[in-house]
Amino acid sequence: MELLGYYNYWVFAIVLMVGFYAVIVRNNLIKKLLGLAIFQSAVFLMYITMDKVEGATAPIIQEGVTDQIYSNPLPQVLILTAIVVGVSTTALGLAMVVRIKEAYGSIEEDDIIAKDRKS
Amino acid sequence: MIIIFAVFLLTLLVITAIAIVRAENLFVAVMLMAIFSLLMAANFFILDAADVALTEAAIGAGVTTVIFLGALSLTAENEKKVELSRGVAMSIVTATTLLLIYATFEKPKLGDPEAPVHQHVAPWYLSETPKLIDIPNVVTAVLGSFRAYDTLGEVFVVFTACIGVLFLLSAKNPADKQSRRTPPESIGLRHHLIPKVVGRLLFPFIVLFGLYVQFHGEYGPGGGFQAGAIIATGIILFALLEGEKTALAAVPHSVMMAMVAGGALLYTMVGVVTMFMGGNFLDYSVLSSNPVFGQQMGIILIEAGVGITVCGALLAIFHAFAARENY
Amino acid sequence: MNPTEHLAALQVVVPFLAAPLIVLLKAKRLAWAATTLTSLLTFCIAIALTMGVLDGQNYQYFMGSWPAPYGIELKVDAFSAVVLLIITGASTSALIAGYHSLDKQIGAKRQPMFFAAWILALAGLAGIVVSADAFNIFVFMEISSLASYVLVAGGPDRRALPAVFKYLIFGTIGATFYLIGVGLIYMMTGTLNIEDMGVRIADVADQSPVLVAAGFITVGLALKAALFPLHIWLPNAYTFAPHIVTVFLAACATKVSLYVLFRFDFFVFQENLGGQQLHFTFFFLPLSVFAILIASAVALFERNLKRLLAWSSVAQIGYIVLGASLVSIAGLTASVLHVFNHAIAKGSLFLAVACLACHIKRLRLTDIAGCAKAMPWTMGAMVLAGLSLIGVPGTAGFISKWYLISAVLELGGATGVFLTAVIVLGSLMAVIYVWRIVEYAYFKPQGKKPAVSEAPFGILAITWIVAIGNLYFGINPELAVTLSESAASVLMGHNK
Repeated sequence: MELLGYYNYWVFAIVLMVGFYAVIVRNNLIKKLLGLAIFQSAVFLMYITMDKVEGATAPIIQEGVTDQIYSNPLPQVLILTAIVVGVSTTALGLAMVVRIKEAYGSIEEDDIIAKDRKS
Repeated sequence: MIIIFAVFLLTLLVITAIAIVRAENLFVAVMLMAIFSLLMAANFFILDAADVALTEAAIGAGVTTVIFLGALSLTAENEKKVELSRGVAMSIVTATTLLLIYATFEKPKLGDPEAPVHQHVAPWYLSETPKLIDIPNVVTAVLGSFRAYDTLGEVFVVFTACIGVLFLLSAKNPADKQSRRTPPESIGLRHHLIPKVVGRLLFPFIVLFGLYVQFHGEYGPGGGFQAGAIIATGIILFALLEGEKTALAAVPHSVMMAMVAGGALLYTMVGVVTMFMGGNFLDYSVLSSNPVFGQQMGIILIEAGVGITVCGALLAIFHAFAARENY
Repeated sequence: MNPTEHLAALQVVVPFLAAPLIVLLKAKRLAWAATTLTSLLTFCIAIALTMGVLDGQNYQYFMGSWPAPYGIELKVDAFSAVVLLIITGASTSALIAGYHSLDKQIGAKRQPMFFAAWILALAGLAGIVVSADAFNIFVFMEISSLASYVLVAGGPDRRALPAVFKYLIFGTIGATFYLIGVGLIYMMTGTLNIEDMGVRIADVADQSPVLVAAGFITVGLALKAALFPLHIWLPNAYTFAPHIVTVFLAACATKVSLYVLFRFDFFVFQENLGGQQLHFTFFFLPLSVFAILIASAVALFERNLKRLLAWSSVAQIGYIVLGASLVSIAGLTASVLHVFNHAIAKGSLFLAVACLACHIKRLRLTDIAGCAKAMPWTMGAMVLAGLSLIGVPGTAGFISKWYLISAVLELGGATGVFLTAVIVLGSLMAVIYVWRIVEYAYFKPQGKKPAVSEAPFGILAITWIVAIGNLYFGINPELAVTLSESAASVLMGHNK
């Protein structure tokens, strides 16, 4: 049970790096964006993990209850913002991929590089 | 009990992530991504982050998936199996993972109330919100007032992404020069009975739920951002069912742009008004003679701005992808 | 309302107010005019802030009137003032110069969106600089990055698209690394305000999350600043962007990331983390030396004019980081001074490129052969700016190189001599690559190209004003030096 306190952080590290691996290694541009989305989601997990307090509840104050403890609201606010940033980046990236497909006829990185070499 | 459930969910999360990277069919990968987001949302819920869970479910599993599918229909469904420089990447990735895991051992444990995160700023928010703003949801208070400037930035991130997508997808299509065919009219799923019936039943409830989330954000989980996303999802569903043309007739392009610009403008103007009334930027206390009421008013106004911009932007992005198909 | 109290906030609020309005401006040229006016207004605000800072004022602003670690604080000191001047100045002069060229490259229907993205890029960059809150910096970093992806993607060549996609991937990885670092520090200190972090981190400084955080923040920001060897996104993004966008981004985008990097390192890490000063030097000194030598060497053999200048930018980032990596007042002064002077030199060079591009389609060196006869004014400005880039006495570039060499010699011993040799060698390579441009333009016979003529007056006038700035700040360096010195003492003041 001792080590379970860190399990969330390990999952964060592994998921983060799975995403990162996809971004570097995969040749397909959409796969790269999927990797990027995983990469960003992992960071959300890290922030949300730190907001938890043992025995606490979501930070919505209940009237008349005095001895209730609440989890930390700040990381939640930050991650709300970060989720928005994530979807914005993804949408913009996908718009680029669509244009690349139209201009090059492919969304595979090596094809694109090869076509640029030729011209 | 809950901890076993959490461990189970987290393990599934890792498996799904790996499956996404390994899947060769991009359609499968995108669907797995939606599952990944839902698992993530469930995790957030276990960790007491109700607002974030709601957002992740609406955005990650809903909107992102739709945009991905829109892009897929314009590009390719299958991935060519080539991997670049695998060895180097593997070693970078492994090294970074080990570094991050090494860093965990001096981190405060999950749920430790003595952790520094829970000492300095956070307790102040929890103890001062009832006095200064007097709304139950502390997350909304921090988002809408204490760190409202961040939220303003967030609105402009969405705004930028929206005009960026429209800018990119309004360029002429080079492949389109020879054939100026009239686009086939998209009829959506009108001929499929089950989606039609279920969708029509669901649509009003989705919009209603969105409005509830918008106006109930001060009391429970929710707020402008989630509401905007939910309403946009509802209208996107409508567009999928009835065809884009009908949806565009209901919410035309000019209305979407007015929403995107108007929401951002509303938010900024609230700040400017507070400046003119003698406060700092986004200091809502000056809006009314009773500072607490002023704060509440300010939060409701800016939440409305957030909701309008987000809803307009997501719709505009969806239609930009959908319209590209008909070129 | 007393506007002077709100100056720091207005720097961001003014472009934010303008952006939604610009999107709705459909009439021809109106979007351009509104953007240019807004940009000019932010430039005036930056000048007012700089004058206030020179008077010894420190601007502090609490958003929503919430006190510092609870709300978001804005802060403008000498270092921020220099960077703000560069951002707003570069944006304004690029926009004025872009009157013709942007209209030609961007279709009329798409212009409102393009200009809204421009003003958002400006707002984002200014927002990063004025903010004193680590997470707020992330938000504004994303605004500026997303907007600049849009700007670069406006390039007419299809190769702009893969270039900007790469820019997006690297930019997002950099920003996310920064976010991880900020999260780890927040976890250990419970605060997001940068100065507050500096105070509270002392107790936990020796714990592994903080060390890892320092690594993530440094690498993430170095990626965004295109520090060698993390620069691979830069050359193509600069080459294929619309020419006027290159003027804007080359002058300030990477420098803003360096600004955050220096601020974080000097405010939060240096005084607290044991041996951080040494780590900083050991990490950045070799990288900057490689950046200067390798990027300059690549520029020697580059055949495309814009990419040649882009590689030279990578080398110049090396000089800036070299100064900072010495962790001394003299080194930081040189570093900040070079941020300023390089912005002027590179800005005027890319402006001259935009002049050339008015009549010459492709910008390979062979394409500009013999163009000096037809475009004497354009090439004159380019030569002047080139001299400043090299660091010839009498130009702005000389001042910063001089300060850099004296800072390096302060080290004494073999390292001092070695680093001086590196700087001299880098400058010599700059002589060669600038000479190659001059050689093609002045001494090669013109090919069988259609006749070219001088660029329109408007763009030429702006190019010359900025080019003469190189001379002005070379002969009267007091203003820039005073600002840089006080910026350096602000940074080092946290490093007692």
